[in-house]
Amino acid sequence: MSSRNEDRGSPFAPHTTDETAAMLEAIGAETVEALFDIPDPVRFDGEFDIDPRGEREIRTELRHLLGRNDDLVEFLGRGHYDHYVPSLVDHLADRSEFLTSYTQYQPEITQGFLQVLFEYQSMLVELTGLEIANCSMYDAATALGEAATLAARVRETDGHRVLVPDLLREERRSVLENYVAGAGLTVESYPSDDANADLDALDETIDEDCVMVYAESPTVRGTIEERLGEIGESADENDALFVLGSDPVALSVLEAPGEIGADVVIGDAATLGLGASYGMGLGLFATREEFVRQVPGRLVGASTDAHGKRAYTLTLQTREQHIRRERATSNICTNQAWVALRTAIHAATLGPSGLVDLARDCLEWPADLADRLDAIDGVRAPVHDRHHFREFVARTDQPAPAVVGDLESKGFAVHAVDDHLVQLCVTETNADRVDALVTAFREAAR
Amino acid sequence: MTFHYDQARWTDDESEGYEPLLSEKDETTVGTDDVPLPDDLKRDSLSLPELSEPELARHYTRLSQMNYGVESGPYPLGSCTMKYNPKFTEDVAAHPAATVHPDRSAGSVQGTLELYHRLEEQLARIGGMDAVTLQPPAGAAGEFVGILVAKAYHEANGDDRSEVVIPDAAHGTNFASAAMGGYDVVELPSADDGRVDLDALEAALSEETAALMLTNPNTLGLFERDIEEIAGMVHDVGGLLYYDGANLNALLGRARPGDMGFDLMHYNVHKTFATPHGGGGPGAGPVGVAERLVEFLPSPRVREAESGYELFEPERSVGKVHGFYGNWLVLIKAYAYIARLGDEGLADASAKAVLNANYLASQIDYEVPYGPFHHEFVASADDQDAADVAKRMLDHGVHPPTTKWPELVSEALMTEPTEVENRRSLDQLAAAFNAVADEESEALSSAPERTSARRIDQTEAARDLRLSWHALDG
Repeated sequence: MSSRNEDRGSPFAPHTTDETAAMLEAIGAETVEALFDIPDPVRFDGEFDIDPRGEREIRTELRHLLGRNDDLVEFLGRGHYDHYVPSLVDHLADRSEFLTSYTQYQPEITQGFLQVLFEYQSMLVELTGLEIANCSMYDAATALGEAATLAARVRETDGHRVLVPDLLREERRSVLENYVAGAGLTVESYPSDDANADLDALDETIDEDCVMVYAESPTVRGTIEERLGEIGESADENDALFVLGSDPVALSVLEAPGEIGADVVIGDAATLGLGASYGMGLGLFATREEFVRQVPGRLVGASTDAHGKRAYTLTLQTREQHIRRERATSNICTNQAWVALRTAIHAATLGPSGLVDLARDCLEWPADLADRLDAIDGVRAPVHDRHHFREFVARTDQPAPAVVGDLESKGFAVHAVDDHLVQLCVTETNADRVDALVTAFREAAR
Repeated sequence: MTFHYDQARWTDDESEGYEPLLSEKDETTVGTDDVPLPDDLKRDSLSLPELSEPELARHYTRLSQMNYGVESGPYPLGSCTMKYNPKFTEDVAAHPAATVHPDRSAGSVQGTLELYHRLEEQLARIGGMDAVTLQPPAGAAGEFVGILVAKAYHEANGDDRSEVVIPDAAHGTNFASAAMGGYDVVELPSADDGRVDLDALEAALSEETAALMLTNPNTLGLFERDIEEIAGMVHDVGGLLYYDGANLNALLGRARPGDMGFDLMHYNVHKTFATPHGGGGPGAGPVGVAERLVEFLPSPRVREAESGYELFEPERSVGKVHGFYGNWLVLIKAYAYIARLGDEGLADASAKAVLNANYLASQIDYEVPYGPFHHEFVASADDQDAADVAKRMLDHGVHPPTTKWPELVSEALMTEPTEVENRRSLDQLAAAFNAVADEESEALSSAPERTSARRIDQTEAARDLRLSWHALDG
């Protein structure tokens, strides 16, 4: 009798017992086990102790498990942001032809995804003011690491120093250090002045030995960097690459980095398209055309097909690890293409008007919240006398960890920067809870 | 016997291509006058397409129809392990509590941390490893972690080693990952039987060897039967043995890298544990290590304490390779997939994957050298151009194998059907192979005909670089 082995085997191996028998006969094997060419000493006969469960059971299990997370309103940012993702994004990106496909090695049969990625690249070109963007890195931190190794490859003279802001997230710096160590580079920080770059101090530390100067706008403190052009000039005078960290929402209103001398723009583009996702991201990477053969990651280019019609394909693959191996521009193979798809759909859904509107809100909301917190006794906000985007730092007379702990017990997650500094981030996902937050903050800061 | 197949093709009369670009449908310029920033900090305007939701829904739906996924048909892309992706895992990963911010306090995300910890422990058991980190966001990122851990281990022993040994048939990422870590790569030629040549290995190993990177079964689908001897040779010179998890789908429940002498490994959860590859990613590349390497794992790790789960930094951690905790949503899907299958289902997945590869290899007219095979085999098109064979196979409604690699086989067709195809579907795949095997080169070089675009000029794309809609003429 023919039956599927759903009770005992993989529910996704669709063989009937008859089919299995016929296939074994065709091969000339007695049993499936006989096909395994594994010497006895390394055969495994133990158990993993994993019980198979049904779909419904697993959904219930994970609902209960994840339900143990406290239900907090998050006012958290510091380089990772939660924006509302329109339903259209989920429904279109989850179409199985997109979701279940692989890298577009056969372009004739994967035009859809290639065009999406070409459009994604194009949107980043518009937002950054640079000539080219790749199809993705893993996240902002890995994109920063790749930018540094690109700088070392394209720079004409030898050098080994990479300069970063002293306020850079520790995690981002750690990734950067791991990426550059193999290339013989060292990471050093330059000081900040009220959360922007201290230009005088930067000028003192920068020299011909620097391959790259990195700056962020908005910074990790949520301030907009006001002297990017001068940082770029300092870098340029020393033949170092100027790399800027930003994100697509901020870039919708900020001066295009390409216009103010940036050689590379990195960042997390999943600020559009993905939501918080426990830190999953999409590394943005854009640069100048002159560096195109040194760019890490995949590039989609336009070409023509045998009908003479425009079509798209992965291009310059000779830079990649499957062809150049140890001389490749990076080891990246799997990237974040599907997240890029989500980001592109989200950006297209907003359009230029929606993007500028969202960015304007990201300027106004934190300013309003800072004003309201500043009115509370024992609180001063914002600490930095700058323009802020999405987030800002406040000083509390009470110890910051106690304030943060008290707020958490009242249902709000905010970040403790140090002993008396807290950081808060406002977007459309929590703007409607600002009144409640201010009330809770007044009690917590007392 | 083969599929009748015509891929959707959307064209627009006014366009010189197929479905028009968003920018060809609209470009709207928006000013920033009412943006509250000084003029010298903001741009004057932003120009991007501005379309309605229905227009966008049609655009992306048409594009999806011009794309091929595992649910469109067979996807036997060798070495890439493209399986069917169960639907319910998407729903599980879409749970609102899965999307917490990474800076939340550990105490407020106990569910997330427990799930994290459970998956680490299950992967450790599956691989025969002592501890696992879920941080690497892709298999190649996992390799890079392996290289960093190996380097940290040797340095902690006061041992400055400079070389990593890699077989010539290994995945290209191995070479690039070793180079990124600052190592010189020593390429190991394969023996006549397609496996590691022990004499060549002896010659390649030295006091400079930091690690040997190996996958087993290898990329020809062959089990390295001398694995214990290989491990002994590597360990004798003080090196570490790294397992490339790309082919783990062939071994589930039958052999474990840890038991074979591997000291560290990565898992490709999107391959072995069936999470969607999303047109190129995200995947995830957790790394497992033996006891003496645990203290070097990336930071932070999760552990169970009296008060609940907490994050901590391993004593001699290499630091970080991702800004946060890796590709979390992919990891949830992997957990759900493993839970759905359990011990017997995982073992059955390997059984059927190996059965399918051997069956398909027996049914095609192309020569299949080497053997016996595990999850994949490499056929030789020999007197045809493998790239043309692939293009022609597209017309039969199947995704072609990986072509022209590994170079040990001339005009290689590297084929991995996975366990998700049954006999009927494998017979259709074989029929596609065999129909193409009988064709003359002229027919092949004009293929494909039934895909949304015809043969695309790769040379033109590389010579005349047009990488955004700004670079298109007119």
